[in-house]
Amino acid sequence: MRWGVVTFPGSNDDRDTLRVAERILGDEAIPLWHKDRTVRGVDCVVLPGGFSYGDYLRCGAMARFSPVMDAVGEHARAGGLVLGICNGFQILCEAGLLPGALVRNRSLRFVCDVVTVRVETADTPFTYGCRPGDLLALPVKHGEGCWVADEATCAALEAEGRIVFRYVDRAGRTVAEANPNGSIGNVAGVTNAARNVVGLMPHPEHATDRLTGGEDGLTLFRSAQAWLGRGGAAGRREPTVVPGP
Amino acid sequence: MGAPTAAEVAAEQGLTPDEYQRILDILGREPRFEEIAVFGVMWSEHCSYKSSRAWLRQLPTTGPQVLQGPGENAGAVDIGDGLAAVFKIESHNHPSFVEPFQGATTGVGGILRDVFTMGARPIAILDSLRFGSLDHPRTPFLVRGVVGGVGHYGNCFGVPTVGGEVYFDAGYDHNILVNAFTIGIAPADRLFRASAAGPGNPVIYVGSRTGRDGIHGASLLASAALDALASEKRPAVQVGDPFAEKLLLEACLELMRTDHIVAIQDMGAAGLTSSSFEMAGRGGAGIVLDLDRVPLREAGMSPYEILLSESQERMLLVAHQGSEDAVKAIFEKWDLEAVVVGHITDDGIYRARWHGEEVVTLPVAPLTERAPFYRRPAEEPARLEEMQRLDLGTIGEPKDFGAALLTLLESPNLCSREWVYRQYDQYVGGNTLVRPGGDAAVVRIEGTRRALALTTDCNSRYGRLDPYLGAMLAVVESARNCVAVGARPLALSDCLNYGNPERPDVMWEFQQGIAGIRDACVALGTPVVSGNVSFYNETDGRSIAPTPIIAMVGLVDDVDDVLTPWWKAEGDVVVLFGRTREELGGSEYLAVIHGMTRGTPPWIDLDAEKRLHALVLAAAQERLLRSAHDLAEGGLAVALAECSFGGGRLGVRVTLEGGMRTDAVLFGESQSRMLVSLRRRHLNRLRELARREDVPLEVLGEVRGHNLVIGDVLNVSVEAARERWRRTLEKRLGA
Repeated sequence: MRWGVVTFPGSNDDRDTLRVAERILGDEAIPLWHKDRTVRGVDCVVLPGGFSYGDYLRCGAMARFSPVMDAVGEHARAGGLVLGICNGFQILCEAGLLPGALVRNRSLRFVCDVVTVRVETADTPFTYGCRPGDLLALPVKHGEGCWVADEATCAALEAEGRIVFRYVDRAGRTVAEANPNGSIGNVAGVTNAARNVVGLMPHPEHATDRLTGGEDGLTLFRSAQAWLGRGGAAGRREPTVVPGP
Repeated sequence: MGAPTAAEVAAEQGLTPDEYQRILDILGREPRFEEIAVFGVMWSEHCSYKSSRAWLRQLPTTGPQVLQGPGENAGAVDIGDGLAAVFKIESHNHPSFVEPFQGATTGVGGILRDVFTMGARPIAILDSLRFGSLDHPRTPFLVRGVVGGVGHYGNCFGVPTVGGEVYFDAGYDHNILVNAFTIGIAPADRLFRASAAGPGNPVIYVGSRTGRDGIHGASLLASAALDALASEKRPAVQVGDPFAEKLLLEACLELMRTDHIVAIQDMGAAGLTSSSFEMAGRGGAGIVLDLDRVPLREAGMSPYEILLSESQERMLLVAHQGSEDAVKAIFEKWDLEAVVVGHITDDGIYRARWHGEEVVTLPVAPLTERAPFYRRPAEEPARLEEMQRLDLGTIGEPKDFGAALLTLLESPNLCSREWVYRQYDQYVGGNTLVRPGGDAAVVRIEGTRRALALTTDCNSRYGRLDPYLGAMLAVVESARNCVAVGARPLALSDCLNYGNPERPDVMWEFQQGIAGIRDACVALGTPVVSGNVSFYNETDGRSIAPTPIIAMVGLVDDVDDVLTPWWKAEGDVVVLFGRTREELGGSEYLAVIHGMTRGTPPWIDLDAEKRLHALVLAAAQERLLRSAHDLAEGGLAVALAECSFGGGRLGVRVTLEGGMRTDAVLFGESQSRMLVSLRRRHLNRLRELARREDVPLEVLGEVRGHNLVIGDVLNVSVEAARERWRRTLEKRLGA
């Protein structure tokens, strides 16, 4: 399949994400520039992690006005897949493509760590290959990853099964100590009503290689391949939680 | 009162009467105001290395692996596959004490610029930090600010911070050390240098605009002692903007793929002045600058301010004639300015013009190559002999060794650094193989099977007791850290942090330090390819202990050979390489448990050290080892505990041979030792290799259970020990 990865000024994980698409998934990887006015016919647009526009105003607040975001919106409305990782998640929320907002971590400090997330729904393109309750070990690295929303929004998301990932401990329990940023309800990722746009704070692209951070993140990419019926060895795989040092 | 005389202005700029006389001799006339300022910064300790130059020449700087030694923006070594590793460590001590967050950010920003100026994409950052006692009221504020600043710059810029060190000692209460290291990768045949050439070639200013920040950072902040009024120097600290630098990086690397550049240099300390003088000086050229063309952040700046500003995220480059528009187009793509501010000449004269009038007309060479240098008096301090005296007979052993170990694991210098490195993005780039917490960080070289090991090291307690041995052991231990992860030590960068060089005892410590580094480097075959000297780490007449930070780079040929310290499986055999002596002088144990810094640092036999390296690397390449860990501060007991703190929480059961004080066996810091674990079936082969390399080998016990058990003297729960070790900084720094 064709993955498009958008580079905004200040994007950092764009190169890593392109490399995953090309070298690990063996797919086509198309770099998209923030000034592009089309997404060049890709199947899935990834908004990568980083500090778009330096995050000087509010994370993602500037990037949402980049020309490419109109094209990303059209792509999403047409049912195309969109994955927002970290800063990409923030941008999708700022752009109104996903509900809620990301605010500063309750610790007021940047946090880099490996967290465990529980898959809450398999009914999205990026969790298609999972069972609800599956645990994934993924890195987080952010200063503004605390997802918040008003009560009505939270209730609606809950009712519609649109919470995609939650931070849990290694036993799978939703406890406060497992939450790296203090997000409401330990939410780590959500989807839109049409379920084709998913955003999350952890970094699946940094968990695609046994040598550098485990392989649990591959689940999201393989799921999208399977969803589109365009994967190689797609479909369900057993996730593993890699014990960190 | 009339206007100050030129001599008075010179004194204000930090120039001595002798130096002012020298200026008069060179020029044959009285210098203009701007010219005095230029001499002031160019002849500052920070830019001219006037107290250290004569001694730095003793360091070995060549070797078959060296592509670029000291003298350029950064050093470079050959790492195979047509690639070069470009790296350097640099201090940003005084600014970080005055304004910790911004001081640290600009320290990181500056070293990143040094590396990508050479044409290399930065792939990793390390930070080597020294703070005062955790009990000092200002320390938590400084730690939070510096760690926040280091993290912010690297995180935002998009380079992983993968390692470094943090030490606490009351000797740094008023002089913290913030040393930042960066390494990047470049094609070996496309390294860019900062040597101007070609009369008529345009001099182009790129990057952020020039503001009034950081004026006199180099001369008044970095080249003088910090006094009680440090906060008044806050305006001399610059402000970092990692986003601007990220754009500058991408634009520079894009430009470097073309053939438009002749030379490029980062505008660091002393800004436009030093970058333009040094490029002209290296190329034996002259230069003309039109200061009124320099892009300014604020109106009404004077030529003096433009010349001396240390605003960040700026570069000066020399392009080929006719390349101006191509250069501008690339920078415009990244929304950056590129302005032609002058051109190269062949007369060896530096001319700075202001609306057509020449405000600076100076010969280039006297300010660069022929800057003054001093052989300052050096004398061994009398206090050393007394401090080196240690009678172990008067020191009792602890009643409870388990309690002593737990106390050590909670000591600020041995406890987990997780609170610090959790604030650093360790993943960006996707190549981090060993993250902070191991002996050395390991980063894969993209597109190859190879990886780089990166570590910084220095034990300043050793340096205080014996500055020669202290410096030597810093080199040796940093090399051993590389070996512990399976890497062959290649070369190093050093950051020599000392007190006031005008004091004979400090100068003696510095000379001893150089000699120690030299002797270790010669023995280990690891040349010094870049570095930095930071003097005047002194407040109210009190200097820091000698702290020559060594940043060692090693090479792993195959990523599958990489080792980590943590136990891997129950039943694995635990083996100690090397010889343990009854050495407690200068140890962490003596300091923490007995409250004394005394004695002499551990003995080192450089030949034995080399044999240990050969053994570990051979065993790693034969895939005999499951883990390896260097024995350092805290000795064997602390090393065993650290190996148990991996994800599996595996314990270990070992027995000890008698014949020596138990505390020396458990906590002594004898050098040239390594703790490894392996499958039992590999033990015979390992014994053969150890015999071949003539390294003592002792089977201590095996990985087993969930307790740390040492003979009948010590038995503690790994989980309980780990919690205390892990929570210390968090608790003491206010969560």
